[in-house]
Formats: sequence, structure tokens, C-alpha cells
Amino acid sequence: MKLAICLAGIFMIAGSSFAAAGDLDRFEGVKGTLRIAGGTAHIPVMKEAAKRIMTANSDIKITIAGGGSGVGIKQVGEGLVNIGNSGRKATDDEIKRYGLKMHKFAIDGIAVVVNPKNPVVKMKKSELMDIFSGKINNWKTLGFKDRGINVYTRDASSGTRKVFWKKALNKGKIIKSANFVKSHGAMKSAINVDPYGIGYISVGYLDDTVGPVSLDGVSPTLENVLKGDYKIARGLYMNTKGEPSVLTRLFIDYIMSKKGQKIVEDKGYIAVGK
Amino acid sequence: MKPSIEKLAEKGFLFSALFSVSITILIFFFMVFFSFPLFKGGDIAKFFTLEWNPYESGFGIVPMMAGTGIIALLALLIATPFGIGCSALISVFSTGYFGRFLRKVVEFMTGIPTVIYGFVAIFLLVPFIREIFEKGTGMCVLSASIMLALLILPTIILFISNAFNAVPKNYLDAADSLGATPAQKLVYIIIPLAWKGIISALVLAAGRAVGDTLISLMIAGNALQIPKGLSDAARTLTAHIALIIASDYESPEFKSIFVCGLILFIFTTLIILALRLLGYLKILRNR
Repeated sequence: MKLAICLAGIFMIAGSSFAAAGDLDRFEGVKGTLRIAGGTAHIPVMKEAAKRIMTANSDIKITIAGGGSGVGIKQVGEGLVNIGNSGRKATDDEIKRYGLKMHKFAIDGIAVVVNPKNPVVKMKKSELMDIFSGKINNWKTLGFKDRGINVYTRDASSGTRKVFWKKALNKGKIIKSANFVKSHGAMKSAINVDPYGIGYISVGYLDDTVGPVSLDGVSPTLENVLKGDYKIARGLYMNTKGEPSVLTRLFIDYIMSKKGQKIVEDKGYIAVGK
Repeated sequence: MKPSIEKLAEKGFLFSALFSVSITILIFFFMVFFSFPLFKGGDIAKFFTLEWNPYESGFGIVPMMAGTGIIALLALLIATPFGIGCSALISVFSTGYFGRFLRKVVEFMTGIPTVIYGFVAIFLLVPFIREIFEKGTGMCVLSASIMLALLILPTIILFISNAFNAVPKNYLDAADSLGATPAQKLVYIIIPLAWKGIISALVLAAGRAVGDTLISLMIAGNALQIPKGLSDAARTLTAHIALIIASDYESPEFKSIFVCGLILFIFTTLIILALRLLGYLKILRNR
């Protein structure tokens, strides 16, 4: 009995010291620059973490750039940045060629969005596919004004586009007249100013400026992604080339820690391990 | 002592001239070198198709070539009359304070970054165009051409007005003493004499119009189609390169952008040659 209490005590101490490691103390005495680039869905989380770390330790400088998942993987592979973010898994070829290590830190849903003034808030998945392939090209079909549907999509380097194309469109065609935008932010502002537009963004980016559309009766909320009801979801990855350096390692550990995962949740994504 | 310094200066100038020219030529060969493997494979034809779909090995860049050509040409068509009109006002009709003030404004316009034009257009021009046509997104050929025209206008105005100013004063005095009005002077003396300057202005402006990336990237819509009307979205070669350059280095779509660059280079050269030819023909006819 005594032994059991003793053991429990040891475990508690070990446990508490483990929790404390989630704090910013770990960055004490560390100097250097950390460069991050790639997926634009990652940016809110990266920015918040960087802000906290740089406030705690002014010897550390963290720069964050967008560019898309393709850019993230390419730049980390070429050694231009320390962490390359991607909203999709790196392909086997990319992993082999660059010697990449993936660190999955969040789960994210991809929501179909329209202008907030658009009364169409639900559709069938088949209708979505028909809209993106151009078979349905007028909002009247869906009970809105007699105006053409403006389809917005992302450029080739977007991981969001790859996942959306695979899971929402079942690798179906995207109409040639579709407009291309370069980031989540650009997609949001494009849909916000175009009353007749339709596009897709990360669930973490959803707010009042765009209207989410539910598919087959399932709305794109975190709960539904978590339950597995909303299928258009993907992991968010930080990629490093081989074994990460000290500062890179610390940053990844911080994102994976309780505090870091709290940031992930605050920014509208799902923490890993849930 | 003096001649040696002069020699040195001459060498220096020669070096700078050769340096800038050789860079241009080197870039051309760089493009040829990197696109050569793609041509050699015998599948050059696959670039001259309508289908851009790298996942299913479609590498057609004809829609982008059409987009570049149409948007640049339209921008030139819009900008040229405004350019000539504005230069006429500055150099012929209103040579006083107002004219000088206008010239200063135009000189200031050359310094406005293109991203600002694009940004402003998204909020002001694009919604306006969308409601006029009542179809499409407003991000279209017309929006891009209008903003591009605004972008190249200062170049055109400054060059043409310099050419107008260079018309010999005694010709104008002679016209004045014959009782010519300013309009008559402009049409019968200044424009014919400044023809070469006008062509130079258009050559430079055409170069900028074809080469500009940001405006078409931001407001032409970047759709992968040949635009059939003014309200259709289109993608230019420059915007295409900007969109594709982010993809994987080893991928065929990344390699194909060298072909885009090469075609862009040839495109600009052809436009300049065509405009120069136009000027040459006009001079021949005047003789």
C-alpha cells in the first residue's frame, strides 16, 4: 500500500514536470532565427505561437510566410526554410527526394462557402459537384437569383485544393471559367465581395464575412469534423528536412504541447490526439 | 593625362552598355536552354493545345497566350487615344501652369506600384463591372485592360509629350504666321513630325502591358479559358508563371513555365517589331 502511494507520487511529479514542459520556459537561453513558410491555413496558429515565443524570448526571431503547401514542401526540401507547412500529406516521392519528416499538429475541415447574402445554405454533394463542373451554372436552380454562378478555386500549389478535389468533388472536373485565387485570405475576400461566388476555405477561417454551406445535411463545423460526419477534412502538417535543429525541435514541441494545442483549438482547428 | 581619362570613361560606358545588353541575351538563352529538353522530346505540340490540366498531363498554354495578347492589346487600344490627347493638352494646348501641373501629376503616376492599382480595382472597378454585365465575377478581361491602360498611360504620355516638345520651333512659328489654330498645328505638323516618338512610346507601353503580372493576377480572374467576351475571365502568361512557380521543382508543370517564359520573350519581340515596322512604313510613305 505504501509502495503504491509512493509510486503514485512519483508518477504525479513526473506528470507535473511533463506539463510544465509545455510552457515557454523551454525557450530560455535559446537564440536564433526560425523560418516558416507554406500552407496558408496554418498561418493563424503559427502567428500566435510565434508571438508568444518572441515575447517571452527576444533573442528568437520567427518569420512566417504563405505560398501554399507546394511552396512549403519545396522550400523546406531545398533548405530555404526550417519548417515547411502543408495542408496535405507530402507525397511518397517528396518524402523520399527531400528526406522529409511530417509532424501532424491539427485537423482541419474544408468548408464550401458562399456570400453571406446568398440564401443558399445547403446543397447535396452531387449539386456541389455539378456546380464545380459547370453542369449547374445558375443560382436560380438552387433557389437564388437568376444570375450565373461564379466558381472560385485555388492554384496548383494549394493543399486545400488537392484535398477538396479528392474528397468533395471525387476528383471530378472543375469548370474552365473558374477563377483562381492564391490563399485562404484571398478566397475569403473574393467570396465576401462577390454575391454570386462559391468557393472553399479552411474551417478555421470561417467567420461572418462568408456563409458556410452544409452538404447532404451536414454543416461544416468542428464538431461534425470531429465526429467524422463531415468528410472533407485533412491534417495540417509541419514538415522538416531530416532531424530538426534545436530551435525547430523546440517550436514543434511547443505546438504539440498543451498550450500549443490550445492555440490550435482557439484558432478554430481540432487538436491532434482527440 | 586627359585623353587617358577620356579613354577610361569610354571603356566604362562601353562596359555598362555591353553588360546590360548581354544580360538580356543571356536570359533569352537561359530560357531556351531550360525549355530545350521539353522541345527535344518531340512533344512541343502538347504545349500548343487548349487543355491545362497537369494532373492528367495536359500542358496547353494557348489560353494563356490568348489572354496575354487580348488583355495587352485592349490596354494599348484604351491607353493610346488618352495618351495622345493628354500629351496634346500638356505640350500644345495648355503650356502654362496647368499643363506643367498635369505633367507633374503624370510623372507621379509612374511611381505608383501596380499592387495598389490592383487593390483599388478589386474594391472599386470589379464590383462596378460585375453589375454592368450582370454576369461573371467582374474579374475579367475588361477590368484588367482598364487598369493596365492606367498603368501604361504615364509612359505613353511622357514619351509622346517629349516628342511633341522636340518639334522644331520654327515650324510652329511658320504655322502660327499662316494663322493656324493649335488644333491644326497638332494634326498637320506636330503629330506627323513626332510619329517616331509616338511609336517609341507605344513600344515601351506594349512591353509593360505584356510583362505586367500583378494586375492580371489580381483582377483578370486567372481562368483557364480563351476569353470569348469582355466579361470573361482570362489568365495571362505572366500570371500563369506566378501561379505555377510555387509547384514542385521536378514536376512537368514547373518545367513548362520555361516554355511560357520563352514564348513571352518572343511575344514581346514580335510586338516591338510590328510597331517598329508600322513606324517605318509611315516614314516611307511620308517621303
